[in-house]
Amino acid sequence: MNADAYALPAGAAPPGRSERSPHEAATRGERVLDGEGWGSAAALALEHTWRDRPGLLGWLRTNDHKRIGLRFVVTAFVFFVAAGLLAAVMRAQLAFPDNPLVGPDLYNQLFTMHGTTMMFIFAVPVMQGMAVYLVPLMAGTRNTAFPRMTACAYWLYLLGALSLWIGFALNTGGDAGWFAYVPLAGPQYGIGKRTDVWNNLINLTEAMGLMVAVDLATVIFKMRAPGMSLRRMPLFLWASLVTSLMIIFAMPSVMLAANLAQFDRTFATHFFNPSEGGDVLIWQHLFWFFGHPEVYFIFIPALGFVSSIIPTFARRPMFGHDAVVLSLVATGFLAFGLWVHHMFATNLPELGKSFFTAMSYMIAIPTAVQIFCWIATLWTGRINLRTPLLYVLGFFAILVLGGLTGIMVGSVPFDLQAHDSYFVVAHLHYVLLGGAVFPLFGAFFYWFPKFTGRMMGERLGRWQFTLFFIGFNVAFFPMHILGLAGMPRRIYTYAAETGWGPLNLVATIGAVVIAVSILLFVINVVRSLAKGEAASADPWGAGTLEWATLSPPPAFNFVALPVVASREPLWAREADEPTHVRGLSAQTREGLVTTVLDARPDVRYSYPTPTIWPVVAAITVVGWLFWSAMTPSGMFYGLIPPAIAFIAWYWPTQKETAEQLLLERRP
Amino acid sequence: MIEALHDVQVPAGVQAQAIAHLWQWLLAICTLVFVAVMVALAIALKRAPRAGADAAPDVSSLWRSEPKVARVVWIAVGVSTLLLLVLLGASVFTDRALAQMPLADGLHIELTAYDWWWDARYDDAEPSRIFSTANELHVPVGRPVVVSLAGADVIHSFWVPSLHGKKDLIPGRPTTIAFRADRPGVYRGQCAEFCGYQHAHMAIFVVAEAPDDYERWAARQREPAPEPVTGAQRRGRDVFLGRSCAMCHAVNGTTAQARRAPDLTHVASRMTLAAGTLVNTTSQRAAWILDPQRFKPGAHMPPESFAPDELTALNAYLEILK
Repeated sequence: MNADAYALPAGAAPPGRSERSPHEAATRGERVLDGEGWGSAAALALEHTWRDRPGLLGWLRTNDHKRIGLRFVVTAFVFFVAAGLLAAVMRAQLAFPDNPLVGPDLYNQLFTMHGTTMMFIFAVPVMQGMAVYLVPLMAGTRNTAFPRMTACAYWLYLLGALSLWIGFALNTGGDAGWFAYVPLAGPQYGIGKRTDVWNNLINLTEAMGLMVAVDLATVIFKMRAPGMSLRRMPLFLWASLVTSLMIIFAMPSVMLAANLAQFDRTFATHFFNPSEGGDVLIWQHLFWFFGHPEVYFIFIPALGFVSSIIPTFARRPMFGHDAVVLSLVATGFLAFGLWVHHMFATNLPELGKSFFTAMSYMIAIPTAVQIFCWIATLWTGRINLRTPLLYVLGFFAILVLGGLTGIMVGSVPFDLQAHDSYFVVAHLHYVLLGGAVFPLFGAFFYWFPKFTGRMMGERLGRWQFTLFFIGFNVAFFPMHILGLAGMPRRIYTYAAETGWGPLNLVATIGAVVIAVSILLFVINVVRSLAKGEAASADPWGAGTLEWATLSPPPAFNFVALPVVASREPLWAREADEPTHVRGLSAQTREGLVTTVLDARPDVRYSYPTPTIWPVVAAITVVGWLFWSAMTPSGMFYGLIPPAIAFIAWYWPTQKETAEQLLLERRP
Repeated sequence: MIEALHDVQVPAGVQAQAIAHLWQWLLAICTLVFVAVMVALAIALKRAPRAGADAAPDVSSLWRSEPKVARVVWIAVGVSTLLLLVLLGASVFTDRALAQMPLADGLHIELTAYDWWWDARYDDAEPSRIFSTANELHVPVGRPVVVSLAGADVIHSFWVPSLHGKKDLIPGRPTTIAFRADRPGVYRGQCAEFCGYQHAHMAIFVVAEAPDDYERWAARQREPAPEPVTGAQRRGRDVFLGRSCAMCHAVNGTTAQARRAPDLTHVASRMTLAAGTLVNTTSQRAAWILDPQRFKPGAHMPPESFAPDELTALNAYLEILK
């Protein structure tokens, strides 16, 4: 049979509905194994096995990584726009000195909501959502390892994010900053329930982050397509792996901090109360021990996007692949040695601070290695200058500038001036928007055909890029100068004689231009969804496995699990090598577990089936947290519903057991 | 209003000067690197031929190394590392310079940050020479100043960009900062750590003046408040002591000794009111006393209803507290 039947179906129609239930066949003792081409009986059986039930219940129960991943991405994007609108209100307030538009109470909520939403509800979830969608496809498998857990993570995230925003609508939005320093966020000064709602959100988004990270790391370690040894693993998978392991190490720190703070608030403990022997600086250590790595869990997936886009549009494999892998890993380690550079203005020992300056400089080296490797790839390649690559070029300009200002603020003496001034506001937006959002837009354009089966509009895309690039620089470059001119962060107004007025007005104009470009993006998405050019399986001529299946992929991803023989499996394949694995059951959700280093087939794995319990569990957990924030007894009684939900989740059903027993038979 | 300098790039003291010098190094080297990377990227884009998505990828590099390109990349990484070492050295030496400012004969001020104002206590070996003021420091030019920092409620940060970088005032963790003003002038500072509602209105002014002028100012600050002379001034003092003012404010030489709010013994000698929120003029003072929440919503000073003649008298009294 033609090998292409498994990988690149030319004009293949998505498999239709099966006439006969494969489960019926199974109960009669017939076995349908995968490995046939598109449209075969096996493909029909796979479609029947993997598709979700129609209707709302099916929608709620799904554990298809593609649906969950897109939910993450779409939800995060909605919150990105919402938090951007808050930023627009802040820019309007700061456009003129002594502006009466917004008062301090609302302004403090605005910037807290903006920062919290962008960091916790947009940046981390959108990166994890992209990874949830892409990692199983790039690894050549049919779902993530623990899809129910990832489904539950999504619901925790959605409910947590909604609760924060409902709180904000009810004038109970967090108002102590996205970093919520105690004692300002403690029981004595953080009055009302604002910080309690904020602490709940931290718990929920961090739980979400950990659950997704464990799932992704498992897929990357154990479910890669046969032949995809670590040396052949695509760079995006490396980036996702490093990010996931970082999340597993960093997130517990902020969860611990948020819970200690919540104990102080709910049970009147004194962890952060200096007059009772507590220490307010412990909060800062715990927060930044997570908070600095967090920047890298936003940035490293973006590096993965860039390393996926550049080879495709330079028509050659990445130059210095191994060096880039080592740089990603090094960045992951070094990121844990930087947290004190957020605390240079505190009274920590000076010699210790110098160590963190050195670490901050050291982490520039792996980033420099990657930048030089990307330039070398473009230099020696043949360039296809489309919108995704444009975003990567914009990323270069902005990230390099933001990285260099990062070198500046990494120096203890200079940071004493720049810290908590608008210089840092400029720096962090250069690295986060430039380092993460520009590549993210590039990634949207790049993978949109895979997500939807349609191309995004190129002309609107170029307009959006141009406006975004110009607007971004007009909005944020002047903030460097404002910071040097002594303007502190988080002030809701300033007097005219400070002289900060004109540059603030310029920044506000830039923000308007950014808003227009985001609007163009939304228009482009809507238009492309409705009448975009239909996309082939591999419209960009890329080399990684997600392009080996249909656009959009069927629920089971691959009609036969691919076998990988090089770093760019679609570009370089030896004629005599097997192209796919066959023999997995098409009647149950079966996949292959492979070895960590060489990805040799190891054991067959039964994927979990869809169930409603992850949704129920998420709802009960959110209920427990809110109950406990309102009254201490909720901490205990509120645990009963989640306990029931989790027991029900893991309760084995007779049907599942019967299927497992059937699979035990020798093929 | 108040002409005051607040600019990292226009230092007026030895500490800020050292940091400004470091900033110039950082700016020069980082600009150089930025331009170099952008030029390399532009050349790469210009020289590489164009190709469509259907062009067959060149996969030869999967099996064959590219030593020439690798050499260039390694050189670029090496140069970057060297430049980072230069900047690291510059940073460490600047840190040393900051730590080595001589402190002999230093003036000692105990600064405590409250929501949202600054309490300054000028220390002295002789207790009778200690005095307090608020939101405005006077320092002699050329003499080192050691400021002890303490946070009374939440975390604040002391930052006067023309004199030095910032230092946090953290409850439970007292610390110090040392600076020296080398040019006379008025330098504006502002709380730099988010501290709640009125973080935006928490300025502090440092007035650097010739040593003789400073001594004259300090001598006057040590005096108790002047006695009222006219009837209106006497009435004003009675209003001050009889109404809620004396619950929080102190005026030395009277029975008002509360320390919940700025010391008003010499309030008329200060340039601003409410930590830089208003210029200290008669009319602004009256407006502030009547309704502080209008100018600084959330501030702890409650509005107070005074009859017009009471307010005029109070203002007449405050006017003489120079």
